[in-house]
Amino acid sequence: MTAQVIAGQALAARVADAQPGEGFIFWALAIVSTLAALGMIFMRRAVHSALLLAVVMLSLAALYAVQGAPFLAFVQVIVYTGAVLMLFLFVLMLVGVSSTDSLVETIRGQRLWAAIGAVGFLALLGAGLGNAALGDSAGLKKANEEYGGNVEGLAALLFGKYVFAFEATSALLITAALGAMVLAHRERTTPKDTQRDLSVRRFKSGEHPGPLPGPGTYARHNAVDMPALLPDGTPSELSVNPVIAARTDTASRHADLYGESERDALAEDVAAVRAITGEVHDADAEQRSVKAGTPASGGAASGGASEGEAGQ
Amino acid sequence: MSPGHYLALSAILFTIGAVGVLVRRNAIVVFMCVELMLNATNLAFVTFARQHGNLDGQIIAFFVMVVAAAEVVVGLAIIMTIFRTRRSSSVDDANLLKY
Repeated sequence: MTAQVIAGQALAARVADAQPGEGFIFWALAIVSTLAALGMIFMRRAVHSALLLAVVMLSLAALYAVQGAPFLAFVQVIVYTGAVLMLFLFVLMLVGVSSTDSLVETIRGQRLWAAIGAVGFLALLGAGLGNAALGDSAGLKKANEEYGGNVEGLAALLFGKYVFAFEATSALLITAALGAMVLAHRERTTPKDTQRDLSVRRFKSGEHPGPLPGPGTYARHNAVDMPALLPDGTPSELSVNPVIAARTDTASRHADLYGESERDALAEDVAAVRAITGEVHDADAEQRSVKAGTPASGGAASGGASEGEAGQ
Repeated sequence: MSPGHYLALSAILFTIGAVGVLVRRNAIVVFMCVELMLNATNLAFVTFARQHGNLDGQIIAFFVMVVAAAEVVVGLAIIMTIFRTRRSSSVDDANLLKY
């Protein structure tokens, strides 16, 4: 009973530099941050935990700002939410976003005892807080104005009273950076693939080794779904995006270009290319089937032949 | 708002973080819970700085942030190394030092 009274006194202590609307901000952010923290430990997906931790950190940043620590509020947003949490998300993406905790307890009764311990610990902290004679808050107004502002006051302390700790911090940061580099470094166990190895592998795989025909080769149209024409006049499906090529047939596209049907349009193109490459215009161009296979076998060979004729 | 309210919030957040460290088994989530505990202590530091009317508490909170940043860098590098060799980030799987 007396402890409750003392706790009530501690909670009712006056604050010298109370901000307007502080009560509303505190209760809103306290509820949000507590719920987010609870969600953080109950979410199964690690990414959700990370995002809820961001909520907690941003709420705390706002609470720092309310309590006369604007510098710390910005450091909280920039360093914690910006850098540390992004590092967490980076590692989560590397490890795998879909990684979830299994719900099987490996130690029997672990969750129950953790909950009991938490309640006991919270009761201990609450009793300590209730018994402490906190008294009235002095407020930071005077301390913040001593050097002309919060940042100036912190700088005076950091480079005056705490300069040795500050220097030790720089050594710590350098050590941490070096440690991370050493830990993340991996020795190569196999030699790096040279260009020759890559080329040999490409030919061994049996696929088309060269680059695919570009859509600009004897192109007569600039639509993405219109195939390039090979030197012998046959259209090559390989120059079209595979998604578009799989969805439709070349001959059924662009019926509106020339002539009555799409076959007329294609025949017109083929004839035009033949005329350029010096081949005789044969009327049965539309008998040629659309080449959907590899141009390496038939297309390139006949293309080379027609170029040879053009040269003569 | 009296300092007691902020300290109570700080205690609650610290406890939640401690429970997370005890219960969760994904090493990265355990690490995030440690960060939550550090943040809760920072709130207590800032509150006490206001209570006493000087900026020393804010300086200590600043140092806590610096140390936490260094700790996260090294810790996540260790987690990545363990994940690379064992293909797992569960703290239960890394029990090689036990025997």
